[in-house]
Amino acid sequence: MLTPEHITKRIGAIEFGVLDPETIRKMSVTAVITADTYDEDGMPIRSGLMDRRLGTIEPGVRCETCGNLIDSCPGHFGHIELARPVIHVGFVKIIHQLLRATCRSCGRLLLPQDEIEKYKARMKRYRERWKALSLKLANMILKKAMDVEECPHCHATQYKIKLEKPTTFYEEREEGYIRLTPSEIRARLERISDEDLELIGINPKTARPEWFVLTVLPVPPVCVRPSITLESGVRSEDDLTHKLVDIIRINERLRENIEAGAPQPIIEDLWELLQYHVTTYFDNEVPGIPPAKHRSGRPLRTLAQRLKGKEGRFRGSLSGKRVDFSARTVISPDPYLSINEVGVPIEIAKRLTVPEKVTEFNIEEMRRLVLNGPFEYPGANYIIRPDGKRIDLRYPKDRKAIADALKPGYIVERHLRDGDIVLFNRQPSLHRMSMMAHKVRVLPYKTFRLNLLVCPPYNADFDGDEMNLHVPQSEEARAEARILMLVQEQIISPRYGAPIIGALHDYITAAFLLTMKSTLLTKDKIVQLLMAGDYRGELPEPAILHPVKLWTGKQVISVFLPKDFNYTQEASVCLKCNKCTPAKCPVDAFVVIRNGILLSGVIDKATIGVEKMGTILHKIVREYGTDFARRFLDSCGRVFLAFLDMHGFTMGLDNLDIPKEAIEEIIKIHKEAEKQVSKLIDDFNKGKLEAEPGMTLEETLEAKIREVLDSARNRAGEIASRYLGIANEVIVMTLTGARGNILNVTQMCACLGQQYLRGERIHRGYTERSLPHFRKRDLGVKARGYVSSSFKKGLTPTEFFFHAMTGREGLVDTAVRTSQSGYMQRRLINALQDIHVEYDGTVRTAEGSIVQFKYGEDGVDPAKSYHGKPVDLDYILSKVLGDKYAAKIWKKK
Amino acid sequence: MINMPRKSGKRSESISYLEERLKALEDKLPLPLIEELREKVKGIPLSKDEVDKIVNYILQEYEKSIVEPGEAVGTVAAQSIGEPSTQMTLRTFHYAGVREFNITLGLPRFIEIVDARRTPSTPMMVIYLDEEHRYSRKKAEEVARRIQYVTIENVAKSINEDLSSLSIIIELDPELLKDKGLTVDHVIKALQRLKGETIVEGNRIIFSSPDITDFNKLRKIRERITSLKLKGIRGIKRVVIRKEGDEYVLKTEGSNLAAVLNVDGVDPTRTITNDIHEIAEVLGIEAARQAIINEMQSVLEDQGLDVDIRHLMLVADIMTHTGRVRQIGRHGVSGEKESVLARAAFEVTVKQIIDASIHGSVDELKGVAENVIIGSNPVPIGSGLVKLLMGFTPPKKEVETQHGGSS
Repeated sequence: MLTPEHITKRIGAIEFGVLDPETIRKMSVTAVITADTYDEDGMPIRSGLMDRRLGTIEPGVRCETCGNLIDSCPGHFGHIELARPVIHVGFVKIIHQLLRATCRSCGRLLLPQDEIEKYKARMKRYRERWKALSLKLANMILKKAMDVEECPHCHATQYKIKLEKPTTFYEEREEGYIRLTPSEIRARLERISDEDLELIGINPKTARPEWFVLTVLPVPPVCVRPSITLESGVRSEDDLTHKLVDIIRINERLRENIEAGAPQPIIEDLWELLQYHVTTYFDNEVPGIPPAKHRSGRPLRTLAQRLKGKEGRFRGSLSGKRVDFSARTVISPDPYLSINEVGVPIEIAKRLTVPEKVTEFNIEEMRRLVLNGPFEYPGANYIIRPDGKRIDLRYPKDRKAIADALKPGYIVERHLRDGDIVLFNRQPSLHRMSMMAHKVRVLPYKTFRLNLLVCPPYNADFDGDEMNLHVPQSEEARAEARILMLVQEQIISPRYGAPIIGALHDYITAAFLLTMKSTLLTKDKIVQLLMAGDYRGELPEPAILHPVKLWTGKQVISVFLPKDFNYTQEASVCLKCNKCTPAKCPVDAFVVIRNGILLSGVIDKATIGVEKMGTILHKIVREYGTDFARRFLDSCGRVFLAFLDMHGFTMGLDNLDIPKEAIEEIIKIHKEAEKQVSKLIDDFNKGKLEAEPGMTLEETLEAKIREVLDSARNRAGEIASRYLGIANEVIVMTLTGARGNILNVTQMCACLGQQYLRGERIHRGYTERSLPHFRKRDLGVKARGYVSSSFKKGLTPTEFFFHAMTGREGLVDTAVRTSQSGYMQRRLINALQDIHVEYDGTVRTAEGSIVQFKYGEDGVDPAKSYHGKPVDLDYILSKVLGDKYAAKIWKKK
Repeated sequence: MINMPRKSGKRSESISYLEERLKALEDKLPLPLIEELREKVKGIPLSKDEVDKIVNYILQEYEKSIVEPGEAVGTVAAQSIGEPSTQMTLRTFHYAGVREFNITLGLPRFIEIVDARRTPSTPMMVIYLDEEHRYSRKKAEEVARRIQYVTIENVAKSINEDLSSLSIIIELDPELLKDKGLTVDHVIKALQRLKGETIVEGNRIIFSSPDITDFNKLRKIRERITSLKLKGIRGIKRVVIRKEGDEYVLKTEGSNLAAVLNVDGVDPTRTITNDIHEIAEVLGIEAARQAIINEMQSVLEDQGLDVDIRHLMLVADIMTHTGRVRQIGRHGVSGEKESVLARAAFEVTVKQIIDASIHGSVDELKGVAENVIIGSNPVPIGSGLVKLLMGFTPPKKEVETQHGGSS
């Protein structure tokens, strides 16, 4: 492994340029002239494509050029002397422009000398200060020169140059189209002076235009195009090698023919064939020519294809790299872990290692680990001696000797153990909370375990999700992970400045049930709960002393709150009745905490829920720090679940039972709605319906029907939920915000309502009708996808079909959306990734140009803000002013 | 419920003290925050001590919330916008308020904004009216008539070709004419712009021209007549009047900001369009920046997604800080990066490398993408931005150790 001590040089900058023929020859270790790879014995042919001098790919064989083995030989280039020059496809466009912009006889830029001088001065100025502008100027000069018809220098007439894609050039002379051979083109390009080139944005030092026409072709080292040996022992060559074989074969044939004085047409044919092979060698997706195919018919993957696209070199191998010290497995929940922890299966802990330097303080322990070896946990897999030699502990029989030889300065790669810091990640990694640092807990069984409260940031559930784990190997990486990436440091999302880690689903239900006024706990129960929350203090005074000592659920919560914590908030269960009487609220929705005691109100989504601002957790993180917040979350989470275990909470089909009267009422609503709709249709048919401004008659009808049907469903839902009553588990869940909403309840026990497809009632499918069960042109309720049954009652076949249609639409929608938003996010990231805050508070790009003088106009980090605001004024004011301020807020209400 | 001391003398004193302290802080705290504070303590008597406490507390909290140098605000912004976009709807919906218009919303609209398309797929304007026209429907209608683009087609019952006489017969609809505030004369005047003769018979106009030599020509002329402008502003297809609060507002399908701002009765200070390029041309780049922020925010709000405005600001700023509206993508921000490797890693890899070799470009390796590619450690952002190294000699113990943020 390369550690900082081994790095002696850093890359300062990378310059791009075109190789000139001389350099190609100089860096070549051999000319490649044989279009073959191996001889019958399987030995590489000398001056063939697999020449040993080009580097080594077989283990144990030394490279004939540098003498190194496979892992240290960088590979060496060879070259092919082309019998005739050919054009490099990539440069066709610039060659075309150059030919048009320069004189065909004297090679000067087709602009008058005084203009050239003028531009030269301007270019010099631009190049010093505005790089991007100099490119624009170059482009403009080029465009201008291309339109000139007579050379201002030697007065030669210029002909139009036509490019026939991909690589053939013609000159449009009086006598007709004359083909320009690459040799001629090269000769013309050679005549262009360095000074003129600089004006059109070409740096003659790195790219003389004649180099765009190849006379020598570099042959990449074998390690760039390794051959693979299949299981059957058959050698299979890389695509590039195949292509090079073609090039050499045709090149040799061309050379022989020229030497033998073959007739011109034959030579030209071969020349063109060589051009084709060289072209496809560079890019096998050039429009206008058939791609070169493998024997099997698969198109070859040549140089351009290797770089391009998602799996190409840039995006696939350079921007994203494969890593060691990582693991992946299925996740499952464990509410007894801290949110900061992750459960790691012992089997994984035995393979992932942390390098630990042996010191006099830990030498005994390290010896023990080494003694245990790689197969026994906790053990160690490797030892790295100070001289850099790595000892694999799998093989030596006598680990005792090795352990005894351990001295300070050695590095032991020991197994992962409790408390180690690791990075945990779930794809798609859409935001920074998709990869957070956790502390390891080595556990039995084979899944990663995580606390349920960290599901929202990862967007994880346990229906088979898998997650990845990475072990940082350097002290710096571990420090950064611990300080910046640890779960507790990520509680507040930078997206909206509110917690993204917090209670969900059952936690909220439990919190509600626990803090309800009617919940009273006996001593054994409260003790049980406090123990679950890891409480170590005194038992609070019981709320009821006689006849038995009883504690309220609110007391349990209070125990975990900071002692000076004040808080006021409306709970989610609030009925929005507009006649707020805090003390006598029927649902106890007025949450008041004074000095760390929950005085009134139930705890639900609005007070501990996730992705909500102004929750207790939110205030605690800001005021008491992340450490306290973590402990609060861990304790409360376990208390809630412990209480839910005691209390029991379940929902069944009978939760959806509504009395007969209710069903009748709902039926009545449906009948009414149907009547209204048929009246509308009737009016429409008779022409009595009036079109609303800007709408056609049909649109008006549809809009009105929509109104009627939607209100029918809503009313049905209201009736159903009214009859279900507040004690019903389903209603408890919707009111507290634990799961589901009124619409879900409606659909379960009243009716599903209108099914919309592309925002309209369902009307397509068969000719002039949605399904063959209906008459043609039936505009009626049932025929256009209104589902009056509920999930509980069950759907009729036609209803079922309509419902399936909307269901499918949803699925298709999600599929399309993910790809679209994914691409948008990629573009955003790419455009913005270099932008950062500088020490002077400005926001700048990588180049250093200023984008904002002060970030977000006030310099506030959203992740440290209170829902976008720099300061939580209400909190500060009520803390300083106390009830004086509270009174004012109250008056407003 | 709580006794409030009501000593007016003391109160005014404390208010002036508060003002005094706030004045001094104006360049230290963001103005909206100061305003909010003023609003919140209004009517509450404060002692000097309380004012000090509050102000100091706020200062301390504000300083805690400042971004740290090196923070990769760009990436955070991109993630904060990209992550919720997975939850956006795909379909276009009817616009709330104006049911008649179909407005592109959700993800497609959002992509349109970051793409900086030349024209939005559903251009739309909201036109506010000046003091005179704002409060009466009649007056608002007047302005609407001036704005709505009316062609002959819009006021004609029928436009027919008379093949025998090679002329075109236009049958006007008097009601439509009246509705648009036009007369037959207007139509004739418009027709005069074409070469030819017009004969008027009540609501019927016969148009003939020496240019019409055959049926094909006839058909072409008919097309021209159909779309002949009578009045209004080009591009404004439809105008709808809506009441918002106590004033009337015009909403239009189609957009032409420059022309609309010149119309009598329009309040040019509030009138807006959803065409960002138009705003950039007419009102300047700063206005375009604000328009991008507003448009993005309205899409997100409409979808019920909560994204901090600072992220949107950053996107708008990177799109406009060069002085023109640039796209987020290969033809804009990403394509104009200095680094060859960063561009190559994004899109059109091969072209970027070939161009770089022609120009002899040098990649200075300043950005993130380049440094990831060459494998440098650390990448120059966040904690990798720090270039200072600590000296070997331990620093002497300072008498006053400063407490606070890490650097």
